[in-house]
Amino acid sequence: MVIAAEPQFHVLAVDDSLFDRKFIERLLQKASCHVTTVDSGYKALEFLGLREGVEINDPDAVSTSPVIHQEVEVNLIITDYCMPGMTGYDLLKKVKESSACKNIPVVIMSSENVPARISRCLEEGAEEFFLKPVRLADLNKLKPHMMKTKLKNQKLEEIETPSKDESGTAAAVVEPEVNNLTEIGIKILPLQSEVEPKQVHLQVVQKEEQTMSNNKRKSVEEGLSTDRSRPRFEGITTAV
Amino acid sequence: MNTVVAKLQRQFQDYLVSLYQQGFLDNQFTELRKLQDEGTPDFVAEVVSLFFDDCSKLINSMSRSLERPENVDFKQVDSGVHQLKGSSSSVGARRVKNVCISFKECCDVQNREGCLRCLQQVDYEYKMLKTKLQDLFNLEQQIVQAGGAIPQVNIN
Repeated sequence: MVIAAEPQFHVLAVDDSLFDRKFIERLLQKASCHVTTVDSGYKALEFLGLREGVEINDPDAVSTSPVIHQEVEVNLIITDYCMPGMTGYDLLKKVKESSACKNIPVVIMSSENVPARISRCLEEGAEEFFLKPVRLADLNKLKPHMMKTKLKNQKLEEIETPSKDESGTAAAVVEPEVNNLTEIGIKILPLQSEVEPKQVHLQVVQKEEQTMSNNKRKSVEEGLSTDRSRPRFEGITTAV
Repeated sequence: MNTVVAKLQRQFQDYLVSLYQQGFLDNQFTELRKLQDEGTPDFVAEVVSLFFDDCSKLINSMSRSLERPENVDFKQVDSGVHQLKGSSSSVGARRVKNVCISFKECCDVQNREGCLRCLQQVDYEYKMLKTKLQDLFNLEQQIVQAGGAIPQVNIN
């Protein structure tokens, strides 16, 4: 089994249409992501461990639903806007209200181009708003967003378990770097010229980073390959 | 060069191009084909099949909603058209999508007669496309069975 040089992202895709789920799943896989698909906002919240009042033996509960918050690492949530019951917007709000999950980037998809809807979602904290049909090129814009949470989680893990690392380098990463996550995120961005100003609302500050960044990035990559307490999704696509 | 394979590949290519030229398919179908690879050789056939299932289901339920002139559930019809338009867009089913656009307009003004006409048309279009794509997939299968590769077709 080859360990990929590039970190693997785990995306939670939410859509009530089976067709759309199949489509977005393939798209995400093609963009080298691990994918979990669910058919409603409720199931999404369950998966994220956010749904209160759900009993462990609830037959409707997602079988892979974690008991502890953040046991499952999700680097991005991509959701349809128009869904019965809980809309994508409702889901977005719930995620942003949760202290455990508010840092997970959320992307909304819709087949309708309604400017008021788009701005409402972006104001509520959605990273992007994609018009359907979503293209591979759209997904590639998401890598920087996913990278942010990935690195942040990695750092938090290293802070929590400092004695674990075999290589001395991982621990060294911890200190002042924590505040400079955004700078690391920038370094891994694709060409800025490809980004369309209209559709992108990057919350990352654009700063020029010189000497420090390369070393930081190197240690991060080394850190990524150490043992992790979190479950990994090795090439598994789960559908609930 | 295996001439049987070459002939089949040529046939496939011409057929696919004709589907674009006649407006059955658009660019999105090309995008769909790009998502298919050796690891997922049935992807296009699978999603297309899901799409046709959707068409059938939605057309049936919309038909029921439009049945009684004194009691039409336009909300339900609108929801059905919305879904159909969305999935036909994602698949690249151009003609079906275009009918959906007119269909939505009839629905917006609560024109039952117009809706019924569009319903009939959308039924016709999806069935027509289904037949065409079945022929296309059959050609693909023949190529693979003859030991050839499916050509990458560039549509301009």
